[in-house]
Amino acid sequence: MTVRVGVVTFPGSLDDRDAQRAVRLAGAEPVALWHRDKDLHQVDAVVLPGGFSYGDYLRCGAISRFSPVMDTLIEQARAGMPVLGICNGFQVLCESHLLPGALTRNDSLHFVCRDQRLRVENAATAWTSDYEQGQEITVPLKNGEGRFVADEHTLDALEAEGRVVARYLDVNPNGSYRDIAGITNAAGNVVGLMPHPEHAVEPLTGPGTEGLGFFTSILKKLVNA
Amino acid sequence: MSQKHLDTVAHAAETPDAEQPWAELGLKQDEYERIRAILGRRPTGAELAMYSVMWSEHCSYKSSKVHLKQFGEKAPASDAMLVGIGENAGVVDVGQGYAVTFKVESHNHPSYIEPYQGAATGIGGIVRDILAMGARPVAVMDPLRFGAADHPDTRRVLPGVVAGIGGYGNCLGLPNIGGEVVFDPCYQGNPLVNALCVGVMKHEDIHLAKASGPGNKVVLYGARTGGDGIGGVSVLASETFTDQGPTKRPAVQVGDPFQEKLLIECTLEVFAEKLVVGIQDLGGAGLSCATSELASAGSGGMRVDLDRVPLRDATLSPEEILMSESQERMCAVVEPDKVDRFLEICEKWDVIATVIGEVTDGDRLEIFWHGEQVVDVPPRTVAHEGPTYQRPYARPEWQDELQADAPTADRLKRPASGDELKATLLALAAHPNQADKSWITSQYDRYVLGNTVLAQPEDSGMIRIDEETNLGVAVATDGNGRYAKLDPYTGAQLALVEAYRNVAATGARPLAVTDCLNFGSPEDPAVMWQFAEACRGLADACQVLGTPVTGGNVSLYNQTGETAIHPTPVVGVLGVIDDVERRTPMAFAEEGQLVYLLGDTGDEFGGSAWAQVAHDHLGGLPPKVDLERERLLAEILIAASRDGMVDAAHDLSDGGLAQALVESCLKGGRGARIVVPQGTDPFVLLFSESAGRAIVAVPRSEELRFTDMCGARGLPATRIGVVDGDTIEVQGQFSVSLDELRTAHEATFPALLG
Repeated sequence: MTVRVGVVTFPGSLDDRDAQRAVRLAGAEPVALWHRDKDLHQVDAVVLPGGFSYGDYLRCGAISRFSPVMDTLIEQARAGMPVLGICNGFQVLCESHLLPGALTRNDSLHFVCRDQRLRVENAATAWTSDYEQGQEITVPLKNGEGRFVADEHTLDALEAEGRVVARYLDVNPNGSYRDIAGITNAAGNVVGLMPHPEHAVEPLTGPGTEGLGFFTSILKKLVNA
Repeated sequence: MSQKHLDTVAHAAETPDAEQPWAELGLKQDEYERIRAILGRRPTGAELAMYSVMWSEHCSYKSSKVHLKQFGEKAPASDAMLVGIGENAGVVDVGQGYAVTFKVESHNHPSYIEPYQGAATGIGGIVRDILAMGARPVAVMDPLRFGAADHPDTRRVLPGVVAGIGGYGNCLGLPNIGGEVVFDPCYQGNPLVNALCVGVMKHEDIHLAKASGPGNKVVLYGARTGGDGIGGVSVLASETFTDQGPTKRPAVQVGDPFQEKLLIECTLEVFAEKLVVGIQDLGGAGLSCATSELASAGSGGMRVDLDRVPLRDATLSPEEILMSESQERMCAVVEPDKVDRFLEICEKWDVIATVIGEVTDGDRLEIFWHGEQVVDVPPRTVAHEGPTYQRPYARPEWQDELQADAPTADRLKRPASGDELKATLLALAAHPNQADKSWITSQYDRYVLGNTVLAQPEDSGMIRIDEETNLGVAVATDGNGRYAKLDPYTGAQLALVEAYRNVAATGARPLAVTDCLNFGSPEDPAVMWQFAEACRGLADACQVLGTPVTGGNVSLYNQTGETAIHPTPVVGVLGVIDDVERRTPMAFAEEGQLVYLLGDTGDEFGGSAWAQVAHDHLGGLPPKVDLERERLLAEILIAASRDGMVDAAHDLSDGGLAQALVESCLKGGRGARIVVPQGTDPFVLLFSESAGRAIVAVPRSEELRFTDMCGARGLPATRIGVVDGDTIEVQGQFSVSLDELRTAHEATFPALLG
């Protein structure tokens, strides 16, 4: 079967073509989705890509969250459809309350672009099953508002339930609480990630290919489903 | 500036003696008289506004064009050139049906007044120039120059400029792949913020800025027009700053990168559906420029109803609307039956689009305000037939003295012992001009679009343009104001050959040139001489190297009071590489590989980094230029890359061999053992800045093939050492650990800027 993975383009999305490329390199078929179109066109999973949707005006992701496509997406995600939000996509997922917490301005107050080491803390989600538990990977990170924050109770619960998907290693690049780089919902189908695995899928253009696992994970899950 | 009574064409004809603010708008008396002669009456307020901005130095190149002509006259025959100087940007054929457009521009003055917005809108402007050619912008670069690194005002200007470039470029989704950061007290009151953009298209997608076909509609789309940036080109970019006088901040535009991103996607979509006859971006001089240039380049006239322009501020007068430099706007000429589809695509992208006029079969540009005519001019006289000045120029009397002040061994103390050489190497590596720039470049997204093959601090930025065939382009920018101050002719050539060499070092074949000529006031004969010499030098060298100048920008009046900046021609070179997998990085990554020094090293320290860092000295002559040698070196570097004979290459420039070794070793995390050849002065070997040189790392299996090639072609190739260990060791002199070097190299910027 051909696995179809939708990539939503909001006004101001930037890494949508990159996410499509990663989906393709993983062996699935990328499907471009337009934010005004409620129809998900029979995709099996969706990536919300990085960028500055609506210029990050108001709050990152706050306006995109009200795009028509999100109505369907939220409904489908709650019904179990795998959704990966990268960077701005993570912000949209938080604004949509599919994931808890919020992403605020980096503690350095600067945008930061670097090759970031991560540890995969949960290799059981729809998007991480191709990794080993505890595997260390390097993928690019690039954000101005990537500092994950949540109240203590939520942070404790995320950790207790194994819902921290990835943590920063070596350097915490943005001041995220408890070094959290990515989280998942309780069902494990919705994952939000601040770093950009779609930029680590070819040795030629990234620090390596250790980001490809997010996209091969979903492929395997759907093929085996 | 707003007027109570509308100054119509009829009113102007009736009131020939009305006082007009031509001087406040930056026009000279004779220019005003000339406008009156062209029109046969006094200009209306709106006409005066248009002429004042379009005849400004920034838009008209009135002082520089007599010298810029050489770039066309001496242009080497090049099969690659598809569109030359005069359009928004030059276009070069890179093969496989692809065309690449690139251009560098300045946004110096706005960036000093308001660093964040000045730098941000500099990116916005150059990106729209590239877009207007029909291309998808794929990368940006920023050559930057600031005052002394430890000056308090640099701490205001630099972080603002960097945040502005990042804030705008990152939000557009364009990787920032290179550039320069140079500090010198001469830029204290006048930093240089240049911005380069590269775009890619298929040959058939090239668009030009002209309005043809009577009846075709003129569509203004993008942001609403506001009161920002009024007089940006005439007041800011074309005058010298003084300490006195009111703040000029209102003349700086304010950018909205989100709007620009929508504009890019929307424009590419209307191009793809072939809905556009001609297109022009609105940058400096805003609507005055777009309407007059489109009409001037086309076959007929144009009629515009200015009251249809969507406004942010409903109180703006026609003059202000014509002069506004509000960002993120474009102007397209569209056939009537395609207008509906054009507007539909704009609506899809939430971009405001309005038909503001049409192409006429006359020969006048006519602009109306609520039905009354406020402009009636021959468009060529506004856009293309502005004044031309043959400014007086003369070699300054201090030039001889400056050149006589050579940094010879008897006049400037040179390091002699191993310890002194080591201290010199560390001091150079830690000096802000040579230090690691990650503090800056980590604020730029270099990954977006997923095609960045090389980015700073590599010799050139490299972008893959076809994922199937791996075709790519490389771009490098260079400039050295210290060299150019010592000898502007040679200095301009050195900027060119360094960028040319940087492109070749990564394995790409240099094809074409863009330049940003940053100089002081053209009213100063000494500055004009520097400008004339730099143009002559650049044009001569481009002719020999076979790389035509495809476009660029001139920025004059870069001075504070009477003191001009160093003449600073910044040169960008574009190259093509058939297979980006074959690119050569700068890092020494493999133990045991052999380090070869290519080229000849002489005792050349005039304008060098060593003279600056060790003695704060600027005098003598810059390094000599040998264009045939540069060409040969480039051919060797390209062949070695293509045939896999070298695994690393790095050009030698500021700080000479020592600095190149530091950079290649730190990037790869490997040390090097260097042997000073018999009879060579170690100081000269390490720190001379002789041009036409590079270092390469050669796998042992390729040594014979590589040295045979160099020997057969007559390029000196000296084996000076081996990649090894975790120190840089210059045998018999000193050894320095990579840890110590890294600390020296990387601590500078965080210490300066936090």
